[in-house]
Amino acid sequence: MDRRDFIKTTGKTLAFAAATTAAGVLFHNRRVAGVEPIVLKTSDFTVPTEKSLPQIALAKNTDHIAALHASLDVVGGIKHFIRKGDRVTIKPNIGWDRTPEQGADTNPVLVGEMARLCLAAGAALVIVTDIPCNEPRRCFLRSGIRAEAEKAGAKVILPLEEDYIRTVMGGQMLDVWPVLKYFVQTDKLINMPIAKHHSLSSFTGSMKNFYGILGGRRSQLHQKIDQSIVELATFSKPTLTVVDCTRVMLRGGPTGGSLDDVAIENSVICATDMVAADSRASEFLSLTGEQVGHIALADRSGLGKLDYRSVGYKEIT
Amino acid sequence: MSIKTVRNLRRLSQIVFFIIFFWLILKTTFEVHFTPANAAEIQLPYPVSIALEFDPLVALSTLLSTGTLFKGLLWSLVILIPTIFLGRFFCGWVCPMGSLNHWVSEIRGVKGEASNARKIKSNRYGKYQRIKYYILFLFLAAAFFGSLQIGLLDPLSLLARSIGTAVLPTIHTAALGLLGWVKGLGLPILATGAQSAYDVTALLLLPYRQAHFHGILIIGGFFLVILILNRLITRFWCRAICPLGAMLGLFSRWTLFGLQKDEATCNHCNQCLIACQGADGPDIGAVWRQPECHLCLNCQAVCPQSSLKFKFYPQQTVTAANPAGTQKVDVSRRMVMTSLVGGIALVPLLRSGDAFEINSDPRLIRPPGSLSESEFIARCIRCGQCMRVCPNNALHPTLLQAGAEGIWSPVLIPRIGYCESTCTLCGQVCPTGAIAELTLTRKVGNETVPPNRIGTAFIDRGRCLPWAMAIPCIVCEEWCPTSPKAVYFAEETVIDRKKNEVKVKRPSIDPELCTGCGACEYACPVTDRAAIYVTSVGESRSKRNQLLLKTRNLSHPPGRTA
Repeated sequence: MDRRDFIKTTGKTLAFAAATTAAGVLFHNRRVAGVEPIVLKTSDFTVPTEKSLPQIALAKNTDHIAALHASLDVVGGIKHFIRKGDRVTIKPNIGWDRTPEQGADTNPVLVGEMARLCLAAGAALVIVTDIPCNEPRRCFLRSGIRAEAEKAGAKVILPLEEDYIRTVMGGQMLDVWPVLKYFVQTDKLINMPIAKHHSLSSFTGSMKNFYGILGGRRSQLHQKIDQSIVELATFSKPTLTVVDCTRVMLRGGPTGGSLDDVAIENSVICATDMVAADSRASEFLSLTGEQVGHIALADRSGLGKLDYRSVGYKEIT
Repeated sequence: MSIKTVRNLRRLSQIVFFIIFFWLILKTTFEVHFTPANAAEIQLPYPVSIALEFDPLVALSTLLSTGTLFKGLLWSLVILIPTIFLGRFFCGWVCPMGSLNHWVSEIRGVKGEASNARKIKSNRYGKYQRIKYYILFLFLAAAFFGSLQIGLLDPLSLLARSIGTAVLPTIHTAALGLLGWVKGLGLPILATGAQSAYDVTALLLLPYRQAHFHGILIIGGFFLVILILNRLITRFWCRAICPLGAMLGLFSRWTLFGLQKDEATCNHCNQCLIACQGADGPDIGAVWRQPECHLCLNCQAVCPQSSLKFKFYPQQTVTAANPAGTQKVDVSRRMVMTSLVGGIALVPLLRSGDAFEINSDPRLIRPPGSLSESEFIARCIRCGQCMRVCPNNALHPTLLQAGAEGIWSPVLIPRIGYCESTCTLCGQVCPTGAIAELTLTRKVGNETVPPNRIGTAFIDRGRCLPWAMAIPCIVCEEWCPTSPKAVYFAEETVIDRKKNEVKVKRPSIDPELCTGCGACEYACPVTDRAAIYVTSVGESRSKRNQLLLKTRNLSHPPGRTA
């Protein structure tokens, strides 16, 4: 071996060893895991309030669509909330694989009519979606909401794993959580819960309905249910709240199943104050706002008024 | 019609039947936009298991194991009767597993002298091809004594299971992973492109949600090995292993159709051997073996001298250089007896262990509507259709959980998915009735009909938050679908470590109401091992595996005075 060959051969080996060492040093990291990217979102979709308008109205009518129209008109009418070209997300409660008569999911007729009203008011797109507890395809189908919303011209979207975004919610318990994008990336958000019994929170209505925007293992939030509901409601401020009180499940909630547990009330509440809406709706279960932990807590934290009469409550029968 | 045209028709037929089979598997799912006529009681719009009902081997073996031909299995005669006249046309023209083996065997084959020489050698009839007949006899004997194991190797069951539980879920995982990776690169154009590509893939191939199946490595690996073997010996599976091919070979005993060889014109170029799929001896000088031939017609199509011709009533003259063709299956009587006896012995061997009904796994939760274990094992062909259709990904292939007899039969794993209370899809797709089809009423029950139970839930008080740690929870009760709820609770005030009073609701189970659906176990926030769990006790299908003493309504109970 001559000198030239020696240098060439040894040089290659050394260069390879140096490159391997450099790669090791370059990628060396003492931290155990990287930090995941976080997407910050605001979620306030309210429209400026007019002092003269009542913030809550209840209408009772066996014609549920008429009841919706009547109560909506009192709080300002659809034109007050929806502008031309708006993208609107409607959030009904589609939590369970139940039929409309069982009163576990929002009345599909009301959801359809709401979508129709938004489109008539010039909305560019109306999305109807929710993150059910039971199997989404069955819930959307058997609740009748998919059919009614599609008939009205809305886009019905079932939640997909890749459609969640990590969202800073700024709460004590709800710090960072995966949220379905349609509930944060929109122009207007209409909350359309159904009023019913819930075994842990005793009542579920508009504030508790926001559990349905969360992915992840949201059932862990039950450990501090009142606090987590109020934090969610603080984060997610809808344009309008419509509480379906047409069929009210009195026992066995939130899943129900027996028609004996369902009271026919034929009422619809429209509100811009979620706390007031829940407080009024809880009366269908022979409760008052004070008796429902999260309603009382929401009132104390200034989210809205438990005393719904103080925000101009109107009743149309 | 020239022979080349007929061969192209055969190729077309293989593609068409493969696509139909694949499409039926894809359709074995609850599609997002599916709108059934009656939303309350959902019925799948297509008979998605029809392909399996055309399988003569499934028909014969379940006939032996149960004594009857279940529902759609009569369709199998559509395959079997023409086979009696023509031979194994199914293998060459129809069978999707056969076509797959055919394609993998032939695609991008090395051309040239060496490869031709290898094929001339490997495509001659070999004694190894007898194995399939012995497998068939073994399994048929076992089936006759009540243990249906044919599904492990039946090509249609095997293909449906492999595609449904291994191939498609793997594609799904890969597609989602790739999409996430491309999106992570931070280039909007690429991300949009990847999303569109994914959307198209999803539309064509993927179900609404990613399915994860328990222990699919062996199913996937087995399938892969079958495909790889084709590269060593053309259609090795079809020649050596496939029990359906063996059965159709036996049914080719008195065919009227066959190969006629003209010794005079043959120039011994061996093109027929190079192209042969079944290794049935198409060349002059070899015995042509009808039961091995797939009727692919390659030999006739490639023969430059037109010495080979498939026709009805072929003349098969014997000469010294060209022995006659035969319709006889090449098996030895001794080995047939051995395999039959082996199959008979297999049943007590598999059942004398402790797994079968004696000490069954408490977590062996069968799908709703399943028959009793012995009847179930007499019917289940492990096609995996129930697993594929389950909207909650609740059903999974077992390995040894149901004993050696129950390999790859379905088990419900509530932690992954629970049984949706009003869903009856698994019973709808089961081709052999191992899972009986339930009506909505028979699934959920009413005042007079009891619900179908698959087990009973139990609470692990050492892990349950309200019981063990003074933390409110009650998610199990929230999810319980029965009405009234089988999970009930007592509200109690307990003292936590800091001497604070905490109000908790402590759950209990009412075994009279619990159906074992597993929704509670699925939803339990104790994420690793749930604090509430289901075992099979109380399942409707078993008389023995019961928890509660049954009481009958007698007007005059004995031992009691009125």
